[in-house]
Amino acid sequence: MYTASDLRKGLKIEIDGAPCVITDFQFMKPGKGQALYRCKIKNLITGATVDKTYRAVDKIDKPNLEQRDLIYSYQDGAHFVFMDNDTYEQVLIDEEVLGDQRYFLVEDMEVEILFHNNNPIEVTLPVFIEKDIAETEPGVRGDTATNVMKPAKLDNGYEIQVPLFINQGDRVRIDTRTGKYADRVSKGF
Amino acid sequence: MNRPPDEHAGDEPARLGRKREALVCRSRTLQAIRQFFHMRDFLEVETPVRLRAPAPERHIDAEPAGAYFLRTSPELHMKRLLAAGYERLFQMGPCFRRGERGPLHHPEYTMLEWYRANASYTEILDDTVALIRHVVRSVSGGSVLHRRGCAVRVDADWARFTVSDAFSRWADWDPVTAYDADRFDVDLVEKVEPALRAQPVPVVLTDYPIAAAALARSKADAPAVAERWELYIAGLEIANAYSELIDAQEQQRRFEACARERGAAGLTVYPADRAFMDALAHGLPPCGGIALGVDRLVMLLADAPTMDDVTAFAE
Repeated sequence: MYTASDLRKGLKIEIDGAPCVITDFQFMKPGKGQALYRCKIKNLITGATVDKTYRAVDKIDKPNLEQRDLIYSYQDGAHFVFMDNDTYEQVLIDEEVLGDQRYFLVEDMEVEILFHNNNPIEVTLPVFIEKDIAETEPGVRGDTATNVMKPAKLDNGYEIQVPLFINQGDRVRIDTRTGKYADRVSKGF
Repeated sequence: MNRPPDEHAGDEPARLGRKREALVCRSRTLQAIRQFFHMRDFLEVETPVRLRAPAPERHIDAEPAGAYFLRTSPELHMKRLLAAGYERLFQMGPCFRRGERGPLHHPEYTMLEWYRANASYTEILDDTVALIRHVVRSVSGGSVLHRRGCAVRVDADWARFTVSDAFSRWADWDPVTAYDADRFDVDLVEKVEPALRAQPVPVVLTDYPIAAAALARSKADAPAVAERWELYIAGLEIANAYSELIDAQEQQRRFEACARERGAAGLTVYPADRAFMDALAHGLPPCGGIALGVDRLVMLLADAPTMDDVTAFAE
């Protein structure tokens, strides 16, 4: 259990069995009254946000969370298969948990996965990953100065904006936090 | 956030340099406050900062300092001076409250208190209206205070709501007829204070349930209500005023009840202030008094969102 004085921005708590994170926190104390802790709380599964006020005497549930580093293996329909390199245990994660991050999975890549009561709820990829451009208009030679972008597609269908000089077959780096092009790694053939 | 800012550690001259405007504003505010009270023949006093017996309050914790405590308010010493025949007193200086840290709270802050003998919370309100107008004029040259995009005209007539009215209007219940301390605090913060933010003039929230006013006198014609008011400007609580309780026996009962509640909640129970109780028994004239948060007033004058912004060293 947490008490109200443990509350702070970024703390993960549990409300009615759901894992949540405090996204905003303010200490309040009305004149002559008791200390109150105003929190904005985001449900880590549904993404829904609520406001909640705790009093100093309130107890707050601590979620049973575990962070594990797993290796991405392959996609099996709507599931993505990860492997624990120590135990060889396979973990299946649904498409909904991954969201757009599923487009940035690279085979044999190590990812951080947060489990709540042994259910995977949050996947954190490395900040930068490399992918090949499967499809885009032919590049414009020498045009590395302008900020003009054009659409391109990865082999898994994810559409991304890239600079004009990028060609089909080029390998690019993508920032997984924003899902945006970062830079070119190497030229294709 | 509830942590001292440390992102500028190592770059102190630059950090303090950015505070110049706020610190000038603070200096002018202190000067204008002192000028106001000296013009009106108030005696400026300094009373002990280290106390054996801090004023008992259910929700205020004192910072221990060796065998003493740092004062949470100069109230009891100021009243001892009133009991000795001093009639108009003011004091401005540091007070300490353990564990209070947030955008509107520092564990060490500057409090202004003043007291008038043979007066009530009504005369204290007259002083407050004149003081705020004087300070805003002296510091800004105008009559408008700003906070988070709201403008408040201090020279217009101030709004006045009883606690009954305000809670009936914004929280759908009346704490005076059926007091519930938890609900009162939460609804005040969640419903009433946000509604006060939109008021274009200062707001006086008045006539609190007697249970919410440990050192205030009850109203002669309405014993369930205490002669207590609070000043809000742009939703920010600025000051708390009482017609002071002068009945020694009633005060003794309330202090004992407070000590019992603190003990039951596992909080430090402070020793009784015998000298204050003796002064009360000897006779305190009818009087009114007020505590005003100087840092928050400076925030309004500097249009600064947090106390850190108007404090040079927010440790």
